[in-house]
Amino acid sequence: MGRLAKITRRTFLVGAAALVGGFAVGYVAYKRDPKNPLLDDLADGASTLNPFLLIDAQGITVITPRADVGQGAWSVLAALIAEELDLAWGQFKVDPGPPSAAYYNGKVAAEGFPIAATSDSFFARNGRAFGDVVGKLLGLQVTGGSSTVADAFDRLRVAGATARRMLLIAAAKQTGEPIDSLSTRDGQVLTADGRAFSYVALAPAAARLAPPHEVALKPASQWRLLGKPMQRIDMVAKCTGTAAYGIDLRLPGMLHATVRTNPFLGGGIRGFDAAEARSMRGVVAVLPVKGGFGVIADNTWRAFEAAARVKADWGPPAHAFATDALFAEAAASFVAERRDSRFKDEGDVDAALAAAGASAIEAEYRVPCLAHAPLEPMNAVAQWQDGRLDIWTGTQIPRFVLAAAAELSGLDEHQIHLHQQISGGSFGRRLEDDYVRQAIELALAHPGPPIKMTWTREEDMRHDFPRPFAVARMRGVVADGRVQAFDLGIASASVTASQMGRIGQSVPGPDTAIVAGAWDQPFAIPNYRVTGYRVPDALPVSSWRSVGASGNGFLHECALDELIHAAGADPLAERLRLCTHEPSRRLLQAVGEMSDWGTPLPAGRGRGLAYTLSFGVPVAEVVEVTATAAGIRVDAVHVAVEVGKVIDPVNFEAQVQGGVLWGLGHAMFAELTHAGGRVEQSNFHDYTSLRLYQTPRIEVRTFETTGEVRGIGEPPVPPVAPALANAIFAATGQRIRELPLVKQIGFV
Amino acid sequence: MKLSVNGVEHELDVEPEMPLLWALRDALGITGPKYGCGIAQCGACTVHVNGLAVRSCVLRVGDVQGPVTTIEGLGQADALHAVQAAWIEHQVAQCGYCQSGQIMAAAAFLAIQPEPTDEQIDRAMSANLCRCGTYTRIREVVHTAAAKLREA
Ligand code: FES
Ligand code: FES
Repeated sequence: MGRLAKITRRTFLVGAAALVGGFAVGYVAYKRDPKNPLLDDLADGASTLNPFLLIDAQGITVITPRADVGQGAWSVLAALIAEELDLAWGQFKVDPGPPSAAYYNGKVAAEGFPIAATSDSFFARNGRAFGDVVGKLLGLQVTGGSSTVADAFDRLRVAGATARRMLLIAAAKQTGEPIDSLSTRDGQVLTADGRAFSYVALAPAAARLAPPHEVALKPASQWRLLGKPMQRIDMVAKCTGTAAYGIDLRLPGMLHATVRTNPFLGGGIRGFDAAEARSMRGVVAVLPVKGGFGVIADNTWRAFEAAARVKADWGPPAHAFATDALFAEAAASFVAERRDSRFKDEGDVDAALAAAGASAIEAEYRVPCLAHAPLEPMNAVAQWQDGRLDIWTGTQIPRFVLAAAAELSGLDEHQIHLHQQISGGSFGRRLEDDYVRQAIELALAHPGPPIKMTWTREEDMRHDFPRPFAVARMRGVVADGRVQAFDLGIASASVTASQMGRIGQSVPGPDTAIVAGAWDQPFAIPNYRVTGYRVPDALPVSSWRSVGASGNGFLHECALDELIHAAGADPLAERLRLCTHEPSRRLLQAVGEMSDWGTPLPAGRGRGLAYTLSFGVPVAEVVEVTATAAGIRVDAVHVAVEVGKVIDPVNFEAQVQGGVLWGLGHAMFAELTHAGGRVEQSNFHDYTSLRLYQTPRIEVRTFETTGEVRGIGEPPVPPVAPALANAIFAATGQRIRELPLVKQIGFV
Repeated sequence: MKLSVNGVEHELDVEPEMPLLWALRDALGITGPKYGCGIAQCGACTVHVNGLAVRSCVLRVGDVQGPVTTIEGLGQADALHAVQAAWIEHQVAQCGYCQSGQIMAAAAFLAIQPEPTDEQIDRAMSANLCRCGTYTRIREVVHTAAAKLREA
């Protein structure tokens, strides 16, 4: 991590394609494989064949070094190795492993480059490869950007196949049988005459071999696990209450704690009076932490109760953020000085608009800030004892957490041990390290026992780093039943600058997140322009399931729908006419079929279509609604998605359903607002979520035609909100240009 | 005070106003019931008291009258309750954090409504929040669980 810290401190390049202290030096480092971290502290009798495999007398452990936040990462990663290694499902344990550069993500950085997923230009191909260079050089062990499967698909299968080959060579040496006569099954090497040698027995000899340089991977036709319905490895535990999340951890002598920081964001604390709190039952200590205070007690509830009795003298907010003012600032940002990007500029938009004169169509759209609010509130356990710091938590950025811990404690990274935990959701929240830093602060101030720091839901809601607000201005021209010009300007805060700024990095160049899911859509509109504007000094914001595309899908697809209606065209037919990407055309046709698009509906019912390409995955969705006396009822969502390759169809469908409902619920009900520098919502009564009775039927059709392996955690989210708003327009004639929709129309 | 949880009698020394949830989680180490909101909004903390589903985050432990069952007591990996078996068959859980509460709510509901309609399921299960969006499967799985229970 020392290396990561040094390199990133020089420059961290995600947003724009620049890199880091000397490319030639970097290239040598890139070719070298990082060291296998399992070799550190390898127990007697244990063997490791590569960073993803540990074998000892107890059996086989597969290393799954991404955060499992509910998307099933550990299951899918294990399946990739188990397939090539010929392990039976369930015959191995999984472990997330230690933080290590060996577990770098070669795909997550590429998402920051302004390369359309549908582009196959020289720049596109090299830019994507460059992402791998950045990821590997920096040892970016990050879970995010729907990149887990795409990144691991080859690497983990190769790891499995390489290990299998080493076990075969070891068995051939031991038995004297020719290697080609040996086969593998269920964790054993089998000889032609039926003798079986377990991997466990062969592992020590295999571990002494040099890994082969080349291995053949199984053709998909021979897969036993991949592409077939799987049982997620965590399912039984999660249905019997025995899955231990970070918040459930129990350690000998553990104390329980909570932290409060200034609800006025960035305001800090001038002092506090904890006399009453300290006298309360079970309270062990009340201590200052950055921006607030922490209470350590013998029970979480006692810590919560005591924290409520501490009289804090909060400082004034660093900025008196107010939602109206933030939107006004965004609306004032469509000016040259704030222009951030113009990756899409086709035809001559200005000429088309000028020629249209007063007949040009204009509209303004907006989307609000949103909270992640995973159901498990943020928490972390930390223990500082005998010069050693242990941290147990769920995090998407383990190596950054390690660096933060080193900075806070002054310890070397080898004295710090981070134990990854499963998380009760994240949606991007655990890309931040604020809650872990607080637990570390408490542990450093109170050495000895492990301290579990748990936020109240209120703390969680008030101290999120939200999905940013955005304002979009659309201007367009229609003629002859067609969309002739589409000019979209989007003004928003930069997620990349805000997030990277918190780890001390500045990011040069434009932020693709401001226009993601809008600038890179495969439509051949003759005059077509997408411009990003950066709202300066806005509040701290962060990645939220589908990041920039989460709001831009709504902005782009409602605006386009509005133009198509103005042209008197059919939303499906016109999109098909404009769409230049063949796989995406198939999706549009598919949702048309699934929803009986074009057949008449009774009055008060409507269908809405939207399409968004994000994270390299095109998704088309049709939402069906009915306007009832009690409000809008969402009847159905039809989803068609192209993903290249599905690893587990059961979990895949769950991710699509979950993404759809995530997008739907927030579009209908949710906004995070600010007044006087503080968040106005505090819990699930005023930050409202979708409930079962509001849940539509969801029908999913999956295409695997491009062969490009992609992730599915985020791409279903962006098209739901616009499809719903477009359906409401179709059903009622009411064009809603602002989320959440509930501000304009009631729902059942 | 005495508290019976999953068939085991516990002697507890805690304030009567401590919510049952925290008595279970931190005093007894029974962590199947989850903390999600603390104000009866999410249902992650749902347990049974006398067989009825309650929000343990707002029930004072001193007011508990009768035996408590948590997800751990409903069934175990080698002796699953029919509702849990149905949940595993349908692969319902994503992050799973809400699922203890969902399963406890469903089990209590099906005990009094063995042949539920979709509307009854919607009404009974809508108090339980799922941020991951497992609702589509929950609606299906409650029917499966009901069928399994009727067979049993
Ligand atoms: S924690 Fe009890 S209802 Fe949310
Ligand atoms: S499965 Fe994650 S909250 Fe329901």
